[in-house]
Amino acid sequence: MAATVTAVNATLLGGVLGPVALTLVAVVLPAAVAGILPRLLRVGLVVALPLAISVLVVNLFFFPSGASVLFRIGPVTATAEGLAYAIETLVRLVAITGALVLFYLTTPIGSLVVDLERRGVSARVAFVVSASVRTVPAVIERAGQIADAQRARGLDTEGSLWRRVRGLVPLVGPVLLGSIGEVEERAMALEARGFSRPGRRSLLWAPADSDAERIARWLMVLSVPLLVVAGLTGWLA
Amino acid sequence: MLRLEAVSYRYAGAQAPSVVKVSLVLGPGEVVGLVGANEAGKTTTCLVAAGLAPRAMGGDLSGQVTVGGRRLADLPSGEVAAVVGIAFASAQLSGICSTVYEEVAFGPMNLGLPRNEVMARTVRALEAVAIGDLAARDPAHLSGGQRQLVVLAGLLAMEPEHLVLDEPTAHLDPVGTGLVGTAITRLAAGGASILIAEHKTDLLAAICGRVVALDHGRVVLEGAAESMLADPKLERLGVDPPTSVRLRRLAVAAGVDPGRLEVAT
Repeated sequence: MAATVTAVNATLLGGVLGPVALTLVAVVLPAAVAGILPRLLRVGLVVALPLAISVLVVNLFFFPSGASVLFRIGPVTATAEGLAYAIETLVRLVAITGALVLFYLTTPIGSLVVDLERRGVSARVAFVVSASVRTVPAVIERAGQIADAQRARGLDTEGSLWRRVRGLVPLVGPVLLGSIGEVEERAMALEARGFSRPGRRSLLWAPADSDAERIARWLMVLSVPLLVVAGLTGWLA
Repeated sequence: MLRLEAVSYRYAGAQAPSVVKVSLVLGPGEVVGLVGANEAGKTTTCLVAAGLAPRAMGGDLSGQVTVGGRRLADLPSGEVAAVVGIAFASAQLSGICSTVYEEVAFGPMNLGLPRNEVMARTVRALEAVAIGDLAARDPAHLSGGQRQLVVLAGLLAMEPEHLVLDEPTAHLDPVGTGLVGTAITRLAAGGASILIAEHKTDLLAAICGRVVALDHGRVVLEGAAESMLADPKLERLGVDPPTSVRLRRLAVAAGVDPGRLEVAT
């Protein structure tokens, strides 16, 4: 939730200083306290870098009303207005990805799912959330097993890059079909465990939720309309 | 009481039915073994008895499957699991639990039982198949045998009145197989009806009251476990007799009085 509010506020706050300050307070500071700043930076870079580069390039060279020319590369011109707009967008992007990555790094998926369910989200939705997280490693493992089985029967997947790429082709079918086939088995297993039974499931635990956290959440929610009003009345400008 | 009356079932898209006119009755506290070669119809019979075929997989069913006098087909879909539990040889897990403990608690949680009850049942079920030490492990990284015990524990925790087990010991070592046997016997002593398809006739000899043999989808032999498992016709159906029976035959062949053998089963 904090992530959503940070992201929304970053978009509401115009200019450069606002989002930067927000990122420092709402993302960098908590991450530093939690001791995960290096990981946050690493994951955040991987996630945001491609988008950031494209934002920079597109705005720098193709800003529609850009007049003040900074420099030229062949047919394209870099403009100061474009650069300013790109930076403005980038600081927001940083705030948004920072908030989301912080959320991802600090929230165990189990806690998220239990909390969603505790707050009345249906068990099926909760299932989709946790299954999608847990399926990726399962599919990778399956691909490894199939590759091993194919190698054990003499399929040559080692050596040159070309050969390795070619070795991937016979892997695609079995991995996809196997995963689809597993769906039916999984459905039966879930059925056998009473998952489709109507009515509420019982939950074994609830994530800790202190008063301080609750107050912090409400303050954050409150900050959104405050910023909207502030923005409308021109106080931010 | 689980009752199959002249049940035939054809899988969706199949030419011929996989089981033909199978009739079975499982009284309270009764353990019935299902034997036969691969493709004889054991798994299909299990799926039908647990209400998954045709409900979860389509196909055509004729004949009646009833639990406690109610037709399985009439029960609302979510209710069946609370009445008939089923475990497969593939030991498929829910795939959303991050610990074995949660995996075993998954069934009771779905039944909406109070939290204390769920926890008590989970601990009991883990103990029943001696996997208490696996409780904190990630179910995705278990051996086949361990997974099978986890699935069984998950079923035990739901405490169903009827249990259908399709080769529940397929991946298990002798110790694990013994644990499954003990758990089944204990469950039956509590009044549950249990149908178990199994190749390990030693296990069946130890836990079953009755044994039913299938061949090409039909019931071909049926009777008390002791006489059935000693029936020479079983071998022609692709079923190995239990060790005790083989030993007795060897004794007879060697001219030793089988009455003087002491066989611990």
